[in-house]
Amino acid sequence: MATRTAAPERPSPDALLEAAGREGRGKLKIFLGAAPGVGKTYEMLTQGRRRRLEGADVVIGVVETHGRLETDALTKGFEIIPKKRSLYKGHVVAEMDLDAILQRHPALVLVDELAHTNAEGSRHPKRYLDVEEILAAGIDVYTTVNIQHIESLNDVVAQITRIHVRETVPDRVLDEAAEIELVDTTADELLQRLKEGKVYVKAQAERALRHFFSPGNITALRELALRRAAQRVDRDMVEYMQAHAIGGPWPAGEHVLVCINEHKSSAELVRRGRRLADSFKASFTVIYVEASRHLALSEVEKDRVADTMRLAQRLGAEALTLPGREVANTILEYARAKNVTQILIGKSERSRWFELLNGSVVRDLMRDSGAISITAVTAAGDAVAPKTVKTASQAEEWPWSDYAKSAGAVAVTAAIAWLFNAALSHALGSIGMLFLVPVLLSAVSFGLRPALFAAFFSALCYNFFFLPPLYTLTIADPNNVLSFGVLLFVAVIAGNLAARVRAQADLAARRAAVAGELFNFTGKVTGLARLDDILWAVSFQIASMLKCNVVILLPNRATGQLEIRGVYPPEDELSADDIAAATWSWERGQATGRNAETLPGARRLFLPMRTGGGKVGVLGLQRPDDKTLFTPDERRLLDALNDQTALAIERARLVEQVDEAKVVAEADKLRVAMLTSLSHDLRTPLASILGAATSLLASLGLYDRARTEELLLTIREEAERLDRFVGNLLDMSRLEAGALGVKSQWTDVGEVVDTALKRLARRLAGHRVVRELPSDLPFAKADPLLLEQALVNLLDNAAKYAPPASTITIHARADSQKIALTIADEGPGIPAAELSHIFDKFYRARKGDLGAAGTGLGLSVARGFVEAFGGTLDAANRGNAGGAIFTLTMPVGEKPGEGDHGK
Amino acid sequence: MANKLPRILIVDDEPQILRFLRTGLPPHGYECVEAMDAASAIAMAAEEKPDVIVLDLGLPDRDGFAVIEELRKTSLTPIVVLSARDDVAGKVKALELGADDYVTKPFDMGELLARLKAALRHGLQAHGEAPVFRSGPLSVDLVNRKIMLRGEEVHLSPKEFNLLRFLVMHAGRVVTHHQLLKEVWGPANVDDIQYLRVLMRQLRRKLEPESASTSFLVTEPGVGYRLMALPAE
Repeated sequence: MATRTAAPERPSPDALLEAAGREGRGKLKIFLGAAPGVGKTYEMLTQGRRRRLEGADVVIGVVETHGRLETDALTKGFEIIPKKRSLYKGHVVAEMDLDAILQRHPALVLVDELAHTNAEGSRHPKRYLDVEEILAAGIDVYTTVNIQHIESLNDVVAQITRIHVRETVPDRVLDEAAEIELVDTTADELLQRLKEGKVYVKAQAERALRHFFSPGNITALRELALRRAAQRVDRDMVEYMQAHAIGGPWPAGEHVLVCINEHKSSAELVRRGRRLADSFKASFTVIYVEASRHLALSEVEKDRVADTMRLAQRLGAEALTLPGREVANTILEYARAKNVTQILIGKSERSRWFELLNGSVVRDLMRDSGAISITAVTAAGDAVAPKTVKTASQAEEWPWSDYAKSAGAVAVTAAIAWLFNAALSHALGSIGMLFLVPVLLSAVSFGLRPALFAAFFSALCYNFFFLPPLYTLTIADPNNVLSFGVLLFVAVIAGNLAARVRAQADLAARRAAVAGELFNFTGKVTGLARLDDILWAVSFQIASMLKCNVVILLPNRATGQLEIRGVYPPEDELSADDIAAATWSWERGQATGRNAETLPGARRLFLPMRTGGGKVGVLGLQRPDDKTLFTPDERRLLDALNDQTALAIERARLVEQVDEAKVVAEADKLRVAMLTSLSHDLRTPLASILGAATSLLASLGLYDRARTEELLLTIREEAERLDRFVGNLLDMSRLEAGALGVKSQWTDVGEVVDTALKRLARRLAGHRVVRELPSDLPFAKADPLLLEQALVNLLDNAAKYAPPASTITIHARADSQKIALTIADEGPGIPAAELSHIFDKFYRARKGDLGAAGTGLGLSVARGFVEAFGGTLDAANRGNAGGAIFTLTMPVGEKPGEGDHGK
Repeated sequence: MANKLPRILIVDDEPQILRFLRTGLPPHGYECVEAMDAASAIAMAAEEKPDVIVLDLGLPDRDGFAVIEELRKTSLTPIVVLSARDDVAGKVKALELGADDYVTKPFDMGELLARLKAALRHGLQAHGEAPVFRSGPLSVDLVNRKIMLRGEEVHLSPKEFNLLRFLVMHAGRVVTHHQLLKEVWGPANVDDIQYLRVLMRQLRRKLEPESASTSFLVTEPGVGYRLMALPAE
């Protein structure tokens, strides 16, 4: 529901405060340019000159003319505050003399190049800080800046131009500026000026700047500058509008408003609105003004309004129902507050009589709309699918009791009036007034018709009992005819009004109730992210709100078949009829089943769930007693709940899809890495083996013994390497298949280390291996085979990265809980950025390092194995010694049962 | 017998393996016969009377275990099994069924030759020889229960001695955890592998204090231990 904004005719306090804050400070005007050479300085000087001619005290704080004649000429006649020269680190530096300016205290000072960085030793590191100080002293400042110096745009500019500008000005300086003037030239003109040497280019940066001044760059920079300025202008406009209490619209951005009514053409109106909004790139709102006439609408019409609003939401509109007495006024109030530029409304197809009685909304709008353009459309067509679900008949049963009570109230009044009459002897006029009481009571308690009934009945009673001739329905005195007439008239009007008030109150209460329930519902559902949770919550909520059994069917993502995903109460099942009805509903997007026009034989009513993105699933409902129909109000609530559910499900699905996409992307990355690794790690040894073998074959008997041996050794080493790789691949697949068959047992770590060293004896022959295992090292609880393989992989890794003849140290220590085994090498260590990745599959530190061809699997397998038997494996760099250190921990095994084994 | 070359029955269905064994073994003084499936292996074991059988566990018609069982019904011919590295369970099973040793595929020719030699000696020992065992600095005289390490006598507890004796009796060949546990602690304790680990550590501490890759007590991961006969120092 819309909350009405505060009356727009009062200036906004924020806007006033901000304006007040600027009083007393100098005003900053920024000349913003897209690139050097657009003529900012020129423009600044021109405007400064104008101010001076107007009599203002204008001085030049600093202006870089770069020797351009036209610009130079403009500085003539200005008082120029000389730059302050100081000696810094042996260099003379000249900067704007801030103190001199402050002392001189002119009305306006011109300061070129806002983004300039001051020489070291100056009061402020940046010129814009100098400028802020000047402003604080109450002096106005004109300054220039190029778009690439604006901090928030710095990155964008760098992306466009590939030149990173280090001198930046924070955005707040721009935001706080009183005025921004965009100094703009076309790209061609700028390039022409560059060619003519009219743009100042520092000699050393010439090449970079040449690149900078490409037509594409300039165009992009211009757009940036224009946008930044426009952004500022938009803000100014809103502020101005608020500060001066000017009602909208302020045509800063288009905003299309569609007003719908209960008429069938409304759906088409909404669609046109969408197209209009699209073509203007405008924001899009659909409103329905719920005037008192809403009560008089038939259920079909109320449904149509609800459906049109749902359509609007699906089409991405903000759909609002506004309460209001006068439709046109309500629309315009809203439109002005929200800066609406276009109003789209259906042209009335009503008779002249209707318009005479009720007025024409379109005509009222046209008359009062002011600057807002009104489009009245005759839209044909019944585009919202007709309701096909029967609801409980709203033709209220004749409320006999209400009439009886009204009659009773009149009778009591008549009795009281009789007593008064007897006591006061014929005060006839006042007696008539008394009869208004039961009429108003009936109106307030029972509504319009009983009130009208009471009005007539009162008039009759009045006539019968109090107007002579008594006890007849004739009236003798013409005076009394008037009394009778007035009583009847007043009673009818008062009854009517009171009944309307009551109806409005009823409407508001009902809307509040529905809104409350919806709010409650969305609150419960939006907090959830997992589909199953959402489905459960939704079924439970709908079931308890509408007192029915709920089932939610969603298509299976593999087969497309509908399947039950949410049920409340949970034990409910579907019959074959139900399934047929649900499937029909899913395929045709129509309501089916009980009380619907299609397949009414089913036990449940099925409604399709749709969002703007398409169909989502089917919602099935069943009243526990199988009989009572949903009331129209319930039906509309149900539609709203249905929409919310569809949205929630779609949201969950999207989350799932994003997750899946991530997984797929990961898998893709891994697959690429795997292929790279496989082709490299399989082919390299194969190439060596094949090469060595074919050399031997090709030159049988030619090679001497040493040479032959060398080739044979190559074959052996490479074959062993291949074997290790294949072993790792197998290990990895066993690990991933969960087929390790871990057997944690009492393990002698020293024994396992020796076995691993023995297996790698040839591989480690070029290194010095130091084995520092204490002789009293406790037994570990580990799988000796997995531990051995992990150690083999770690040692292999060390041998791979550590330079030949360096030392690989295997060290172990134990406390009462854990044994820590470290393997330290003297290699280059692991780059800090890669520490967290080295255990990833197919990851290899220092890619492309030919000297250290590795599998990218060994460490990953090692960690997988160690973790499989409950150990940990981590990598680090050795502090000052250099090299990597791997730490493997495993739990200490418990003491075996038999103490003495020596016997 | 001394004049006759030892005859090896090679059972493998991979022609490449057969080819290089057929080429590689004769220069080392072996005569080769080949079979490519279980049925012909069993038939040839009977006909050709090989001195040692090299058996691949993966055969086309029946698995290698069935072949071992079948062979062991009628003969004590040493069997050396060819097995994949990560097939520890297969190795143990083959050994329990009566195979004498195994070689892990892919294998080193040197390793295969060593296994064959040990297996053949086992075949000879079955006829009852009990020499003093020597391996590097170690000598073990089982008859006199005298163990010398670098010329100094080492004192072993009875369990340690039993363990060492069993290993010496199967020198060069793998002995499974089960076999050792059964031998030293008796059949009730065949699953208490931790006893064996502790005892083996004690034995190692006494026999090879400066443990290195030249160790003669070799761990066969997941299977058991092997006492290597290193050349004398």
